[in-house]
Amino acid sequence: MNTLLNKKKEPIDRLAASSAKGHSLGGEAMRRMLRSPVAITGGVITGLFLLLAILAPFIAPKDPYERYLQSEVILGKGIIPGAQAGFPLGVDDFGRDYLSRLLVGAQNTLLVGVLATVIGVVVGMIIGGLAGAFGGWVDTVLMRLVDVMLSVPSLLLAISVAALFQKPSQWTVIVAVSMVGVPIFARLLRGSMLAQRSSDHVLAATSLGVKRGAIVVRHMLPNSLGPVIVQATLTLATAILEAAALSFLGLGDPDPNRAEWGIMLSRSARQFLDIRPELAYYPAIAIIIVALGFTLLGESLREALDPKNRR
Amino acid sequence: MLRFLVRRLLQAIPTLLILSILIFAWLRSLPGGPAGALLGDKATPEKIADLNRILGLDDPIFVQYFKFLGRAVTGDFGNSLVSAQPVMSEIGNFLPATLELGLCAMLIAVCLGIPFGYLSARFRGGPVDNVIIVLSLVGVAVPVFFLGYMMQDLLAAPLGLPSQGRQMAGLDATTVTGFAVFDGIITQEWDAAWDAITHLILPAFALATIPLAVIVRITRASVLDVLNEDFIRTANSKGLTQPVVRRRHVLRNGLLPVVTVIGLQTGALLGGAVLTERVFNFRGLGFLLAEGIERRDYPRLQALLLFGALVYVLVNMLVDVSYGLIDPRVRVR
Repeated sequence: MNTLLNKKKEPIDRLAASSAKGHSLGGEAMRRMLRSPVAITGGVITGLFLLLAILAPFIAPKDPYERYLQSEVILGKGIIPGAQAGFPLGVDDFGRDYLSRLLVGAQNTLLVGVLATVIGVVVGMIIGGLAGAFGGWVDTVLMRLVDVMLSVPSLLLAISVAALFQKPSQWTVIVAVSMVGVPIFARLLRGSMLAQRSSDHVLAATSLGVKRGAIVVRHMLPNSLGPVIVQATLTLATAILEAAALSFLGLGDPDPNRAEWGIMLSRSARQFLDIRPELAYYPAIAIIIVALGFTLLGESLREALDPKNRR
Repeated sequence: MLRFLVRRLLQAIPTLLILSILIFAWLRSLPGGPAGALLGDKATPEKIADLNRILGLDDPIFVQYFKFLGRAVTGDFGNSLVSAQPVMSEIGNFLPATLELGLCAMLIAVCLGIPFGYLSARFRGGPVDNVIIVLSLVGVAVPVFFLGYMMQDLLAAPLGLPSQGRQMAGLDATTVTGFAVFDGIITQEWDAAWDAITHLILPAFALATIPLAVIVRITRASVLDVLNEDFIRTANSKGLTQPVVRRRHVLRNGLLPVVTVIGLQTGALLGGAVLTERVFNFRGLGFLLAEGIERRDYPRLQALLLFGALVYVLVNMLVDVSYGLIDPRVRVR
């Protein structure tokens, strides 16, 4: 497993190395971000999405879980989904207001993405941090495991983890998707720890007699946060897409009540694409826009932080 | 060259071993064993225990593992719990479909991705560049399965393309190798070959989207890097014509990272194939995997996941070999 795996690692490691450069890079990166239309577009999209997710319960015109139109239920069929007076985007097959579900869905989708990313970051950082802090055989063993995880295609990894649980639920999706991020964050943190080991600020702290644990926690970790944030932003985009893919494969949350874009998309795509394609298009467009926003933001952050682009 | 290949294969063994242990332990460490999945609602603790004994699942886990490993070395991955067929023959039967689909998708991604990436770099900052960049970013953000459904919904009828399966119902094509297009050609059943091609078009494009978008972006970045190099300035000042500079210097040097990404994406294709095959009802390995997951078919899942890793290792080797062909500096010793 040489070149190819190394190339998969290369951007991760380069990102990690950029953390050794210290503070000036952050300020400069910020200035560069504000001049880049890509960064601004990404920032605006993600900003709006966050705002929407926070405000959703207050701006949703109707109750997203209430089953309206019960009088129109057709026996054995439920409600024919689609346009209805008083429901701007129509109703789903349970007679629930689709617009309200989309709005509240922003919140749940963000929750899945953020939790999956956070778990990936935390577990990955613990593994990478231990490897980077101890070195030696701990490093070898942990990194070997991480390499094995990297050698399984990401969606396949998520699928196999999700498949292990008896009953699919929101949590099995979150755990499965988070596993994709673990090896990346582990490498990232280990890389930046190694890069910082010989950097000036760590040398200075060491010569002042600061204890090793304190150096790791107070000097090395804070300086590694930049690249982790970049990677987390990119991971958020893929996490939302992968969660949707798991739902589609029947490995997602089976609860039809949950308003979440991936669930709404896979349900509509499987059930009413022929009669009401728009019910699939709305959540799909929402997912595409949000994934695009996080990707734009992450890519521009990465570019801004890449020392190769410093002039 | 041969020695290099042998050495690389030997290096892959520890990775595959660790992976086999992980997959094995993983599959067994969580609730929902195959006995429960096979018996369904009728499962009583006694029946589950009986079935576990028959399947050998009540042995200590390391005994199970070594039994599995001993047989796996000889190519025997046991019988599928769903179909009762040997897993290896199942994989053999379904592999051609996925290979055909994957090859088509990679062909599309490479044949469109490299030229578009190159165009994008050449006209950097212009409208062509902007359109290509935006499309490639959107391409990665679209859920693969949704794209597949959209193609079925919007493209299949107007283009007169089938949107389901590998073969028209009722068409009785001769199977020789399992590669439907190839079979049609060697048996000179042109209808069957054409039928197979039309069945491949939509799923292949759906599967190609993500690798295509990634290849475009990498080609663009890499060509831009190369254009800044000193040797391009040297070539230009030597008075070489633009086509020669582009072909011999820019493209050749710009292709190295692209080859790597093609390799990585080929590995990732297995994941995408699960979704695409499901949407298009295209019976390949992805279909087999999806069914194996639903039924907790351990033997099948172990074999498929290890197979995926093995493919990855082999692709990795191919990439290394092609490095030497493109760039003499990294030629194999």
